[in-house]
Formats: sequence, C-alpha cells, structure tokens
Amino acid sequence: MNDVVISVRELTKCFGDFTAVDHISFDVHRGEIFGFLGANGAGKTTAMRMLCGLSYPTSGTGSVVGYDVMHEGDKIKRRIGYMSQRFSLYNDLTVWENMSLFAGIYGLTKKETEKRATELLARLNFVSERDTLVGSLPLGWKQKLSFVIATIHRPRVVFLDEPTGGVDPITRRQFWEMIYEAAEEGTTIFVTTHYMDEAEYCSRVSIMVDGEVRALDTPARLKKQFAADSMDEVFRILARGAHRGE
Amino acid sequence: MKHNFASFVKKETLHILRDKRTMLIVMLIPVVLMVLFGFAISTEVNNVDVAVVAPNRTDGVRDAVERLSQNGYFTFKGYISHGEIDSYLRAGKAGAVLVFAPDYDRGVAQMDAGIPIKPLVRLVVDASNVNTAGSATAYLQSVLLGSASQQSMFETRMLFNPQMKSAYNFVPGIMGLIFILVCAMMTSVSIVREKEVGTMEVLLVSPVRPVKIVFAKMIPYFAISCIVLVTIMMLARYLLGVPMSGGMWGVFLLSLLYLLLSLSLGLLVSTIVDTQIAALLISAMVMMMPILMLSGMLFPIENLPGFFRIVSNVVPARWYIDAVRKMMIQGVSIVAVWKNCVILLVMTVTILGVSLKKFNDKLE
Repeated sequence: MNDVVISVRELTKCFGDFTAVDHISFDVHRGEIFGFLGANGAGKTTAMRMLCGLSYPTSGTGSVVGYDVMHEGDKIKRRIGYMSQRFSLYNDLTVWENMSLFAGIYGLTKKETEKRATELLARLNFVSERDTLVGSLPLGWKQKLSFVIATIHRPRVVFLDEPTGGVDPITRRQFWEMIYEAAEEGTTIFVTTHYMDEAEYCSRVSIMVDGEVRALDTPARLKKQFAADSMDEVFRILARGAHRGE
Repeated sequence: MKHNFASFVKKETLHILRDKRTMLIVMLIPVVLMVLFGFAISTEVNNVDVAVVAPNRTDGVRDAVERLSQNGYFTFKGYISHGEIDSYLRAGKAGAVLVFAPDYDRGVAQMDAGIPIKPLVRLVVDASNVNTAGSATAYLQSVLLGSASQQSMFETRMLFNPQMKSAYNFVPGIMGLIFILVCAMMTSVSIVREKEVGTMEVLLVSPVRPVKIVFAKMIPYFAISCIVLVTIMMLARYLLGVPMSGGMWGVFLLSLLYLLLSLSLGLLVSTIVDTQIAALLISAMVMMMPILMLSGMLFPIENLPGFFRIVSNVVPARWYIDAVRKMMIQGVSIVAVWKNCVILLVMTVTILGVSLKKFNDKLE
C-alpha cells in the first residue's frame, strides 16, 4: 500500500521495569485524521515522541513517511510538523519573526518563506497582526498560529499533541476547520486529544489503555462495536479497565 | 542548511535585544563595578583625617604638620587639646591623632646626633578597621621619619604598582567575575528557559542538530561579552590608568578563551538543571562564590588554608585572573603566562566536551 504514511509494528518502549508503550501496531494513511486517544499516563506521549524521532523504541519497528524511526530520525524530522501541548512559539518575537524562524529551521529559502508566510497569514486573517508580538495575542489565536507554523514547510504528517487544551469552543471549532483543510490538501494529521467530541471528527481513532492499543476503528464503527451512543461512552468503557492511575 | 543556523542566531539576538532590562544590566554592571572598585572601594589608605596635639608649636612640629597636610593621603584636621583626643576619635572626626612631645625639636636634634631618646610622638589610631589602621600607622610613621633626616638600612622600591593602587588589582578580578556572570549565567538561563517554556521540544523535533541550537545561543552572548570586554579594557586603561604595558592584545586573546570557557560552563549548567531559578542559583552559588573567595581576586591564594588552596586549582578564574594581572600590571607578554593559557584551554575543551555529550545524552 503506497499511501501508508505511518506504519507501526509491535512498537515498545520501556523505562526500566516500566513498559510505557506495550507492543502497539497500526497504520495511518495519507490524508487521514488519526485520533490518538488515551487517558493520562496511557503512553500516548511516549508513543508520539518515538514517531517524531525524540526517543528511540526499545523494540519493535516503526516507519514515518517511509523512514525508519530507529535509524532515520533526521529524515523523518525534516518531513513532519509538530505542535506540542504546551504553547511553544516565542512570545518575545512577532508573528512574522516566528514564522520566518521556523521556515528557516526547515530550510525554506527567503523567497519561499516570504510567499508561504504571506499566504498563511492571509488564510488566518492575520495580516494586520504581522508585526504584533506573539505574547500579546489571545490563546486561541496563538494556537491557530502554532498550527500554521507547524505546517509552514508543507510536511507530509503533522503531529498535534493536545492542540486545543484550554481553548474556547468557538476557537476549537475553527481549529478543527483548519485541520480539515490541511487533511484535504493531503497532509496526514496525527492528533491526541482529551475532548471526546473532537474524537468524533477524526477519520479513525485508536484508544490506548495501559500502554496498549485497545481499540482502533472509525468513530461510527467503534460506537457500534461497544454499543455506545458517543465516543465519550466508548472511551469510558475502555478506560474503566485501566490499571495505571494518573 | 546554512540558512537555518542564521535564522537561529537572529532569533537569539532578537531575544536579547527585546529584553532591554537584562541588556541594560549586562552592559551597566561592568561599568558600575569598575567605577566602584576603581574609586570607591579600595584597600589603600586614603583621606585619613589626622588631628594634632602639640603643647608647643615649634618649628619642627609645624614642619611635620606641613608635610602631613601636603600629603594627599592625609587631611589635617587642626590642632586639638589632650582632652579632646578621645572625643575626636569616637566621633569619627579624626582617624588618627598625633601627639607631639613638648620637647620635640630638641629630641629630633638629639636623635640626629645619635643620642638615644624617649619616643617623641605618640600615635593614637582608631583601629576599629584593622586594615586602615595598620597601613595608616605605617604610612604616618614613614612620612614623619622622612622628615627627620634619619638614616635607614632599607631602601624600598615597589615594582609594577609603585603607588600601590588597589584598582590595578581589582580589574583582573572584575573581569574574571563579569564574564562568568554574562556568559555562564545568561546562556544557562536562556537555554533552560526554552526547556521550561516548552519551545525546546519543538526545536528538537525540527531537523536542526542540537549542537547547532546550542552554538546559535552562544554566538550573541559571545558578541555581547566582547563588547563588555572592550568596555572594561578601555575603562581600565583610560579611566583607572592601569598600565597594560604588556600590550592589550595578550589580555584580549586570553579573555576570548575565558569567554568560551564561561559559555561552556553555562551550557554545562543548563544540562544539569531544568528550571531557570536553579540555573541562576547554580551560577551564583557554585560559580560566583569560588571566584570571589578562591580565585585570588579578594584574598591572595597563598593565604588560603591548605585544603582551599588545592580546591582553588580547579577554579578557572584563578588562572585567568592570575595571568591577566601579570599581563596588565607586570607587563609580561602572553608567552610568559603560557602555563595559565594551557590550563584554561584544557578546561575549556573538557567542559565543552562534557556538556555537549550530556546535552546529546539527555535527548535519549
């Protein structure tokens, strides 16, 4: 299958005696919005860090955009975008400076940067805020800006780690519209979230419990499988059996 | 990937320029310290107020008083009576009181003729500050003795710093301190800030090699430190009149090495701690204290108790300050302090190596 962007087989990560990620396997396809759910401590972040090349697996294999996570981390890093759960732009730089910094980091030339950043600003309706310090923007705007900056180099996959934490419902809605737009353009979205209504927006959802993937399917089929009305219920049914506390 | 390194350096420079307060402090502290140590704080005896008790104001007495008041280190506060001595000293109106014997002139004459005499002048000194009291006494004696055309078996020559200016001594010390402050403290805080805020994570997910992130951080701080270095050297040369007879280039070169060492120390600290406050504390406690106490800046290394003398060997500032002092004041060239240079170079390479390794290990 040519359109597999992320492929994971028996991926495991141990910290001493503790198995944070326990033999997980899944595939993510091009243009998919893949929801990666799990309670705190279920191992989501650890798994995601391995896929981003921030941490090496103890065993198992994984490939992202065709490169091995164990040996080709550098190549992966150049082709993915990442937005962390903490706000991580520079507050003391302007919107434009933040954009050109990350464009520069991903190797865009001055000309490309200029073009791409202008285009993204226009899409965000941010043109007037070009020279505003990021620190003085409202949180929702910052998150939207973080997202476009994570995609500034047109990555093939974007990893979003709880991107909408602490954001109001309207902005959350707008945020998801941006995610959809990116997915339609062929970018694969790998997103973790705690909001179960957001899980409904995903093409497919995996739910991790105690380091294992316990369920993986489209939201509609998952609800059917667990005879639940909402993803929230599905999640509760699965998480009830968790042994790891917060 | 040249472009991404340049954008990093630009980013770091912007961070520094935007933070005007820190910038101002970094630029002003050296100047303030130089002026403070150069003029205000000194271990020299300056402006000692001297009052005189003289029952008979004979020619000899007047002659001695005249010499005192012309001497820049003493201020003649006038003649007082015996009964006032205590109150003058207590009130701080005088730091020392000279009491001349009634037959001072005759005594001096006898002394000149080689006839043994009883003391002619009593020196009453406020010894609440031991240092000033000690040197004031010695200096007063020499000024007065110089008057009596007395033969001495000693001829003293003070080399390199004949006026015994303490500012000369402080300049190298201040340099040793300032660069640690600017380089080590600021780089460590700046790296740790990114860890704390979470931006470091995003940088690490990017294709930029961690080493580049670190070097890009060092460059603007290095530039600032160079400006500070030039400022200090100019102040030392033209405001404080430090001779620098060994040439400025040697001092400059060695200082560049010391800057690198300080930057590496900052990097090392940033790999150990995770919060800005911890970075500050470590820089202040673990680095500043040894520099103040064990580097020879305030106390001579030779005076340290054995254990601390051994510890002082691992304090980089000790070797730096020692070498700069020799170059600035004794006027030797950088070749003469090659041993210090080699030690500092080895320290720099070791610290940089260890911290780069730790920095990479931390990632996994």
